[in-house]
Amino acid sequence: MFAYLLKRVFMLLPLFIGITLITFVVIHLAPGEPVEMQTALSPKASAKSRERLREYYGLDKPLHVQYISWLGRLSRLDFGRSFSPDGRPVIDKIKERIPVTLSINFIALVLEFGLAIPIGIIAATHRNSLIDKGITFLVFIGFAVPTFWLSLLMMYVFGVKLGILPISGLHSLGGDRLTGFAWLLDTGRHLVLPLGVATFGALAGLSRYTRATMLEVLGQDYITTARGKGLPERVVIYRHALRNALLPIITILGFSLPGLIGGSVIFETIFAIPGMGQLFYQGVMSRDYPLVMGILVIGALLTLVGNLLADLLYAVADPRIRHG
Amino acid sequence: MPPVKTYYSREIFDRFSANRFACAGALIVIALFVISFLAPYITPYAPDDLDAYHVLLPPSSLHWMGTDELGRDVLTRIIFGARISLKVGFVAVGISAVVGTAAGLLAGYFGRWVDQLLMRLVDIMLCFPTFFLILAVIAMLEPSIWYIMIVIGLTGWMGVARLVRAEVLSLREREFVLAARGIGASDLRIIFRHVLPNAMSPVLVTATLGVAGAILTESALSFLGIGVQPPTPSWGNMLTAGKDYLEFAWWLSLFPGLAILVTVIAYNLVGEGLQDALDPRMPR
Repeated sequence: MFAYLLKRVFMLLPLFIGITLITFVVIHLAPGEPVEMQTALSPKASAKSRERLREYYGLDKPLHVQYISWLGRLSRLDFGRSFSPDGRPVIDKIKERIPVTLSINFIALVLEFGLAIPIGIIAATHRNSLIDKGITFLVFIGFAVPTFWLSLLMMYVFGVKLGILPISGLHSLGGDRLTGFAWLLDTGRHLVLPLGVATFGALAGLSRYTRATMLEVLGQDYITTARGKGLPERVVIYRHALRNALLPIITILGFSLPGLIGGSVIFETIFAIPGMGQLFYQGVMSRDYPLVMGILVIGALLTLVGNLLADLLYAVADPRIRHG
Repeated sequence: MPPVKTYYSREIFDRFSANRFACAGALIVIALFVISFLAPYITPYAPDDLDAYHVLLPPSSLHWMGTDELGRDVLTRIIFGARISLKVGFVAVGISAVVGTAAGLLAGYFGRWVDQLLMRLVDIMLCFPTFFLILAVIAMLEPSIWYIMIVIGLTGWMGVARLVRAEVLSLREREFVLAARGIGASDLRIIFRHVLPNAMSPVLVTATLGVAGAILTESALSFLGIGVQPPTPSWGNMLTAGKDYLEFAWWLSLFPGLAILVTVIAYNLVGEGLQDALDPRMPR
């Protein structure tokens, strides 16, 4: 196990280099010198910030020198200063927002897996029944519905028409002063719609995948054996089949992370949630160059770590990987 | 030897047309194409016809989907928006299919360092939250429909590359490829004549599903204001404009979203239908 862990961690290094290289390419994608583009397009970029940018990226030096020095700064978590009037270091701004986005995504992930796996099992065990068809229909809607449109509809129904749920922010006005249960209730009410929307979209793919792997496992010889020796169906499904079907689902956990983090741009913007996605969107709109690059790198790193965790979880669950 | 025998494609067609849902999807897709091509002839209004006397009218016999805040006919704009969606879907997916197939072919066929290099690139690209990457690139460049199509295409090829590589790895050792090599066929000839045609079916499925994904991504970008710029109508930017009138003009928010939903469902149905038709072994 330890050797496997070491190998996986060692593999992170080339991936990390690759991520930074691609990000570096994106920075230099802009036609002309980035500093000029920045000042030409954003009136907010003063002479001072232009100077800062030139200094930060060392734009007068050759490319490889620029890259190495930028990499050195990254390793010290120095992403430069934001272009916004406050001019704060990018890393401070990101640090404030990360907990919000990560906790929302974590809850969404738990909900998603908690709902999708039972749904997939029911669909697989009642294959081609009315329930299965109903689930398939919902899954198709879930695949196709644009998150932002679903958000608008939910805001209209629950916020405007029924008036039972708040439609923006994380707290009511003055909600910061609430404590204990009252604070939890207030935040929870604000999270119902964003979490509902975030979960619904992701639910589709995962429950469909669970159904497919379940069906595959149910066709295996050891299931026929288990049934043949007269085990109750419940034991066959939950003890024999589910365990084996869950294995590939763990890998999906790793794959779904970039989607979740990327998706946070949409629902955080719509529901005015002060997370990393909203910060990124604001950065893009005001062409806050250092901020955009900082979040891009951090988003990719979070995914990298998430993938590693999913792989390790898989190794723990499946001895064939560990010893292979 | 022809790489695909005619009776095989006939079989696929029969299996596809036996699937009612897939046919329904295909009909919708065809209808969307026809509507997009004929847009100026079948709409009674122009997409940018302002009408100050008829703003924010609810759906009626004159304006089936109502009018927007500038008095423009919503149905007309949705029909013209279909053009954007089709264009984005096909160009973006065309790019990712070509790049992905090329990368997969090279990696699978030549193996060794070519394979290592390309597959590690795939791993790296998969680490980026795609939507972040697209937004960052668009932030560097101007928001324009061409950049959007290119960026969506260049961030979506990794899945295709992996699929094609896997196919090529198994095809490479098949007897007909070995035989072709034995009689002295060049790498190019083997790749294009023997390997590629046999590796195309997963690409077709992924590409069809990819069109749906690209349409969703474009609409999200346009909704956020960094995609197709008004006054050009796209389903995404129509929703942005409609958002401000959510309380008293629901039709501005309902219909463009339904258009996206129906289109995406149609492409997904066709994609799944193709998958079943091409690979009948899959349990359903």
